[in-house]
Amino acid sequence: MSGKLLRVEALNCYFFGLRAVADLSFEVKTGEIKAVIGPNGAGKSTLFNMIAGVTRPTSGTIWLDDERIDGMPTHQRAERGIARTFQNLQIFREMTVLENVMVGRHLRGKAGVLSALLHGPTLRADERALADAAMAQLERFDLAGKAHMLAGSLSFGQMKVLELARALAGEPRLLLLDEPAAGLPQAEAEHVGEIISSLNRDGMTVLLVEHNMRMVMSLSHDILVLNNGMRIAEGTADEVRRHPDVLSAYLGESEDA
Amino acid sequence: MQTGSAALQLLVAGIGTGSIYALIALGFNVVFKSTGAMNFAQGEWVVMGGMISALLFASFSNIGIACVAAVLIVMMVGILSERLVIWPLRRPNTLLITLVSIGLAIFTRSLVMMILGKKPVGYPAFSQTATLTVGGITIQTQTLWIIGLTLAFLVIMHFFFERSIIGKALRAAAADRDAAAIVGVKVETTVMLSFAIAAFAGALAGAIITPLTLSSYDQGAMFGFKGFSAAMLGGVGSLPGAVIGGLALGLLEAFGSFYISSDFKDAIAFAVLLLILFVRPSGFLGRADVVKV
Repeated sequence: MSGKLLRVEALNCYFFGLRAVADLSFEVKTGEIKAVIGPNGAGKSTLFNMIAGVTRPTSGTIWLDDERIDGMPTHQRAERGIARTFQNLQIFREMTVLENVMVGRHLRGKAGVLSALLHGPTLRADERALADAAMAQLERFDLAGKAHMLAGSLSFGQMKVLELARALAGEPRLLLLDEPAAGLPQAEAEHVGEIISSLNRDGMTVLLVEHNMRMVMSLSHDILVLNNGMRIAEGTADEVRRHPDVLSAYLGESEDA
Repeated sequence: MQTGSAALQLLVAGIGTGSIYALIALGFNVVFKSTGAMNFAQGEWVVMGGMISALLFASFSNIGIACVAAVLIVMMVGILSERLVIWPLRRPNTLLITLVSIGLAIFTRSLVMMILGKKPVGYPAFSQTATLTVGGITIQTQTLWIIGLTLAFLVIMHFFFERSIIGKALRAAAADRDAAAIVGVKVETTVMLSFAIAAFAGALAGAIITPLTLSSYDQGAMFGFKGFSAAMLGGVGSLPGAVIGGLALGLLEAFGSFYISSDFKDAIAFAVLLLILFVRPSGFLGRADVVKV
């Protein structure tokens, strides 16, 4: 846990003069799970969108392993190893479970358009390799039995896991998880938590936005607390829990939790 | 017997015309899938396919080479159109793309008229024998070419979209741009690719129908509206829908113009379009849009 995989420096984002993220700097170290928490409207989603390339920062820089990535289109960031899941679950519902993961892995494919149209031998070999790798991925997440079902027919919890499997299919270096436990009953949330923790044990670096405090506190090595687009605290679970600004941001002006 | 063979003959003719409409509708649907917009330049590519084939045939006297080259040229035109007109849009939305495509259609038509001329052009059918008589009915061999080539194209498209990873990426980008982009799909490239496929399908339709109907610069709008009606009928954005819609429209036209009056041939398409818009705006295979509020 030495290198800094992601570095955000003096990031600002304004929407029509409204400040969503203000002068934010932080780092994510290689191999850690870092959580971003804060009340609704704190700027967490905007931050994620800026890292993933959906939203342009008004000013400031984002670095992945010493390469500047703000300004790059989303697909180039994906090529450099950023993957994400979405707050509102964005899987390809009308494609099969296997196809979802294959698309997630498509950067690893080699066949060109011409070969695809002619259905040539490179393509078939390539497709087979992609399908096999995707299948292995599904087995890891207990979804192999549903590989040929339409993704939209899965249960909500399975869809959440599928989205995670799709994000991992491209073998990313940094995984952005936008509320992976949202909408899940506690048992399934715990299952997702175990998956995240086992990925991390295998070396995956994770940046996590989550409202489920039990999950945040048990998983995260480091927690960044935002309010009104600004950092109000950063540190371990214990440090953050005791921070007076955090208490007031979450609980209003009251003295005690 | 008499009515039986007439019906059979109309059936074949209807499937032939329907194949053309299916190809044009497929062009509409592929672009719709990737952009959410209707591309009204689609009909101009049909004309271009026929007229460039005619020009090349005049130079090379080989129908096969002329048609293949023309279709590839028009595909390049489709790619160029997307790069010059759609891609530079800073904030593309469906209405903007649709409006821009109308401009593109008018521009393309003018260009075709200036470069390829105002006179209708044509070339012979693909086979030496123009007609076949089977079981009491007479079939134009070109109709069989149209049906066969359309079928071949549809099979290739099916494999492309269902089997190849690029086809899957295209479908993924059509379903959810952001989610596709974050797994590395170049969404802008998929839009370009959809224009290439649409132009290819349109030009193919033009190249294979021209021996029967000739081709002239001002037919684009009519081809476009027929293809549009077929797409609406089958369900916008659905590839099997384009085929079903195209065939249904072709058959309706063939039987309608025989049993009612050939004066109504074009009116039928528009009556169908209106009916669909009133009764089932999502078409046979389309699904109603759910608008989340």
